[in-house]
Amino acid sequence: MTHDERSDHGLDHRRSVWVAALIGVGVMAAVDEIVFHQILAWHHFYDRSTSDVALLSDGLLHAAELVALVAGIFLMADLSRRQALSWPSAWGGFLLGAGGFQLFDGIVTHKVLQLHQVRYDVDLLPYDLAWNLAGGALLVFGVILVARAGRSLRRTSGDHVRHED
Amino acid sequence: MILGCALLGLYLAVLLRRPSTLPRWPRRRLAAWVVGVLVVAVALSPPLADLARLDHRAHMVQHLLLGMYAPIVLVFSAPVTLLLGTLRPADARLLARGLRSPPVRTLTHPVTAAVLSVGGLFALYLTPLYGLTQVHAGVHGLVLAHLLLAGYVYTWSIAGPDPAPHRPGLLTRVAVLVLAAGSHAFLARLLHAQAVRGADHHSGHGGTQADADGASMATAAQWMYYGGDGAEILLAVMLFSWWYQSPYSSRRRSHTSLTVG
Repeated sequence: MTHDERSDHGLDHRRSVWVAALIGVGVMAAVDEIVFHQILAWHHFYDRSTSDVALLSDGLLHAAELVALVAGIFLMADLSRRQALSWPSAWGGFLLGAGGFQLFDGIVTHKVLQLHQVRYDVDLLPYDLAWNLAGGALLVFGVILVARAGRSLRRTSGDHVRHED
Repeated sequence: MILGCALLGLYLAVLLRRPSTLPRWPRRRLAAWVVGVLVVAVALSPPLADLARLDHRAHMVQHLLLGMYAPIVLVFSAPVTLLLGTLRPADARLLARGLRSPPVRTLTHPVTAAVLSVGGLFALYLTPLYGLTQVHAGVHGLVLAHLLLAGYVYTWSIAGPDPAPHRPGLLTRVAVLVLAAGSHAFLARLLHAQAVRGADHHSGHGGTQADADGASMATAAQWMYYGGDGAEILLAVMLFSWWYQSPYSSRRRSHTSLTVG
């Protein structure tokens, strides 16, 4: 049980961050699918310039995003049950995951794999900029929150706590 | 219809012979079996089956129900556990030994089962086999049976209440789930792309029949993609709720490896 009792209050900062990041990735992927594919219909299901290899990477990434969401929820429920869930760390992790996914989607899915663009029949540049800047902002905000949560947890648990990773 | 009645009767017969010394069989398991058999019956019902020979979309509904949703509900009803409880101890031991035998172990390993199930779809759609199922009823029947059986074994290999000796650890099963669901999504996208490219090729040649066929195939491929998502989520929930309910000590190994990974 050593790695769960690394601090006096029993909160697991590191695990709270990455478990919430999984949920962040999954939620952002779901938002992308529901809002941009289904409701706005900006993203196309298939873009004629897409290669088959890109279709394969998309299939695998898509499957991984869904599992990340389900896994994240159960892993977080488990942390909460063991009273090891640190909410400030989790919020930071969530934004980290959501922003990371948004940026990844904007750069890799849209530009490298060219699965589809943000929108069609418009000047793409403002859309791409808004997409990636929004992702970047979420990511930076997440990093700040994670760092701050980590610092405050270390302070409250006292300086004598060793970090053994 | 006959198949449905037989499956229903079989489960009920085993359930009624269940020794009274054992705990009451959960109602939700029985309900799951009934729902699962109903899903199979709907998938094979004449209206849908007839339509499936003409329309790719109807075929896709049939495929989704038989290959993924029926197996998930049927696995949830734990027929093997029920059978093990009802059988005489000697027979139950025999069945348990059978389940542990090398051939069954190999067949019910997630990797084998995923290859049989999802790999079978690649064989169906990327070879002339699909065309053959549309003209040959016997081939079509075999393909449908394969869909249901392979789907069942794959679901069972990943999650579910029934005993599955030598099911690998959580990480392996998650990896197989992602790879299998990812390949399924890839195949759906590939078929969609082929249908769209085919329609591009045909347009201008004035083939309205081919156009309609292409459009129906493109829609069917999208249903395959999103239908696969639903099944993947259900399977992931089954897998992780098992993990969540298993005692903390017994999942130390997967726990720590998850932290490291």
